[in-house]
Amino acid sequence: MSVIIVLVIISVIVAGSFLAAFIVSVKKGQYDDDYTPSVRMLFDDNVTENKTSN
Amino acid sequence: MPLVEAPVRKKENPAKTTVQCYHCGESCDRSIADDGHFFCCDGCRFVYGLLKDNGLCNYYDLSNTPGIKARGKFASEKFAFLDTPEVIQKLLSFSDEKQSQVTFYLPQMHCASCIWLLENLHAIQPGILFSKTNFQRKEVFIAFSHSETSLRKVVELLAFIGYEPAISLSEEEAKKEKKVSRKQFYKIGVVGFCFSNIMMLSFPEYFSSGDIAEGTLKHLFIYLNLLLALPVFFYSASDFFVSAWKGLQQKWLNIDAPIALSILITFSRSVYEVLSGTGAGYFDSMSGIVLFMLAGRWFQNKTYDSFSFDRDYKSYFPLGITKVENGTEIPATISSLRKDDHIIVRHQEMIPADSVLISGEANIDYSFVSGENTPVARKRGDLIYAGAKQLGGSIELRVIKTVNQSYITQLWNNNDFFAHSKNGEKSFIHPWSRYFTAVLLAVAAAAGIYWGIADPKNVLPAITASLIVACPCSLLLSATFTFGNMLRYYGKNKLYLKNATVIESLARVNNIVFDKTGTLTYTSNAEIELLGLLSADEMAAVYSLATESAHPLSRLIKEHLLKKTAVFALPVEGFKETAGKGAEGFINGVAVKIGSCRFVTGYHDSRGGSAEVWVAVDNNVKGYFAIHNLYRDGVKEMVRKLEGSGFSLHLLSGDNSAEQEKLRAFFGKKTPMLFNQSPKDKLDYIKNLKETGTASVLMLGDGLNDAGALKQSNVGIAVSENTSQFTPASDAILDSSKVGMLNAFLSYALAGKRIVLASWIISILYNFVGLSFAVQAKLSPMVAATLMPVSSITIVSFVTVATSIAAKRRGL
Repeated sequence: MSVIIVLVIISVIVAGSFLAAFIVSVKKGQYDDDYTPSVRMLFDDNVTENKTSN
Repeated sequence: MPLVEAPVRKKENPAKTTVQCYHCGESCDRSIADDGHFFCCDGCRFVYGLLKDNGLCNYYDLSNTPGIKARGKFASEKFAFLDTPEVIQKLLSFSDEKQSQVTFYLPQMHCASCIWLLENLHAIQPGILFSKTNFQRKEVFIAFSHSETSLRKVVELLAFIGYEPAISLSEEEAKKEKKVSRKQFYKIGVVGFCFSNIMMLSFPEYFSSGDIAEGTLKHLFIYLNLLLALPVFFYSASDFFVSAWKGLQQKWLNIDAPIALSILITFSRSVYEVLSGTGAGYFDSMSGIVLFMLAGRWFQNKTYDSFSFDRDYKSYFPLGITKVENGTEIPATISSLRKDDHIIVRHQEMIPADSVLISGEANIDYSFVSGENTPVARKRGDLIYAGAKQLGGSIELRVIKTVNQSYITQLWNNNDFFAHSKNGEKSFIHPWSRYFTAVLLAVAAAAGIYWGIADPKNVLPAITASLIVACPCSLLLSATFTFGNMLRYYGKNKLYLKNATVIESLARVNNIVFDKTGTLTYTSNAEIELLGLLSADEMAAVYSLATESAHPLSRLIKEHLLKKTAVFALPVEGFKETAGKGAEGFINGVAVKIGSCRFVTGYHDSRGGSAEVWVAVDNNVKGYFAIHNLYRDGVKEMVRKLEGSGFSLHLLSGDNSAEQEKLRAFFGKKTPMLFNQSPKDKLDYIKNLKETGTASVLMLGDGLNDAGALKQSNVGIAVSENTSQFTPASDAILDSSKVGMLNAFLSYALAGKRIVLASWIISILYNFVGLSFAVQAKLSPMVAATLMPVSSITIVSFVTVATSIAAKRRGL
């Protein structure tokens, strides 16, 4: 049954690393703005390309 | 160069000659054109040119006519105060040798094109290194190299392309707010992590009904649960303890008190069970409750970041002003103004303090203060009140009162203004939670007494179990989710509430006070009637003259003619505008005059009432345009419905009583109508109304002149034609196009209260089931762990569905 102990510890560590990743993402400001990035990702051309194309 | 053909998707009615300005979308004629696009004014064309030269025409492809109408060039010295080191230091969030960083609030930001343009500012001004927007907060973060550009230049660029930042020197508060909201995410994250792991580790316990064969495993699971429960209790649940403690200190039992008690008892009993080896505890239920309640709070508190509901007069006033000292003009901050200082106020600038006119032609727009939008002329030596705007040339003034002692700002120094803080209004949830707590304690005590006689070893388990299972969390959950969902429905219909307690206040309203100008009438639209005869050529001449003029009435006439006839702006020679009087010029060699009766005809205007613009062509008076207030669509309907629902209505107007007859057609005979009301009169009226007994007052107003009344009322709603503009401090901001829906808004608030009560009945039923287990001392962790999430989920889904149905029924 000791394998369960190992599994439990591993599962807690895995879940803990997700928690840590979540905390880091909040700290980096990913949750400060939950709207603008959804619009920003649709802008495909950057300005310099735009100037030279056509 | 990108290909910029006129977009075909723009719908154009071929029968009409009017087109939309390619930049701002305002209807205009075809006189100003560039690259096959038409513009309403040179300002819009310049902005288009600037963007085109920098390869930023994508701006026009992302959305139709995204631009903001350029309101003429701002005075070159307007932003001079941004060169003063103390202001720079206050505004910058970071600065080193290479770069400076600053965050601006841009109320005009409204579409995807705005985001795109603002994030490509570096293409226009090379000194800007990086810019990033936050659309919901309407903020832009800009990093610039201060060796290549300056704060002032950055702001001037923003103002030129239409996004003039609203600069306030008290930004510290906004920063604090941001930190708090992050804390909330940490807490939810931690409790979510702990809850899911505790549940996983509790499953063996559920399925073996307490008998796990392997002793070491059982101990491992239980102790791990205890370990995982610690951050939930000490970190994630801390808000409930803090709030309950604060309530108790003020001798007030708020809703967090029974919740904190329940969490505390669950935790201590569970710890006792684990350490004494008598059971597995109720950590799963405890972390579940905390997770649900924190998520509920987050849902409810997701309010409108970009609106400010707590502005005082300072946010209306400019930050910088030009002072004259010993003949030289120096930029200064408003707070440094003293009595007898001389100041220069330019076109479109606001007068910051009560002053006397020394020189220049003053044409004063008091619309901010009184809601009256016809500018008035002032002579040398006249007193001009703070809050007025100058239109036309620059004027020199002598300050006679400091900024915070001026007529309009005195309202804020009035003690009445702060005496009745609305936080004093208690939510109806609190008294209910009190009864709930009292009943709960009685049940727990009865169970304890019963077991004290029957079987003393069951006393403690029965009491604690009752307190654990009958947690009032469902009461809190039903209220938070109901109001949270309602806030979203209100927001969808352009009524933006400050917070959820406003809904409860709305449900109590029985008196409604309206302001007239700007609230019931349009501010930028009017009913125009031409009394007299004009030929087509004369119409065109009047149109051309009106296009040149900066006066608001000219703009109304211009729009009116554009709508009615096919006109085209002709060149005006010898254009001359006399502030407060009118405009004149030569069109095709014919002298045309438009303006006041006195200016055009030479006679005094004897009749009061509506505003008039007289027209003379070649010195022959041709007639006049009568300009009447235009009442918003649906006002009549709304008033009738509100009266039908039994609300007492009142009307307070800062204007004269010229419109009284017209208003009588809208309102019933019983409605009190008061005219010529000063801001203080309005405040006192509402105060008296509240003091007469049971009245709960809703005030609708728009201008700074209503600010006192909005604050004094139980619910103050600021009506705004453009929600990106400044509105006075209020509990809610309503887009003016939705004023007619007031009736639906009020009845929805009432429905919300009923939904909360209904969901409480459901939660009390669950509590009965739980309590029946608890008082028999039979509450196993399994029962507690199923009952709590099931009751929470039922209640959350019930209130969500019920609020949506209620909204649909009312057409929201």
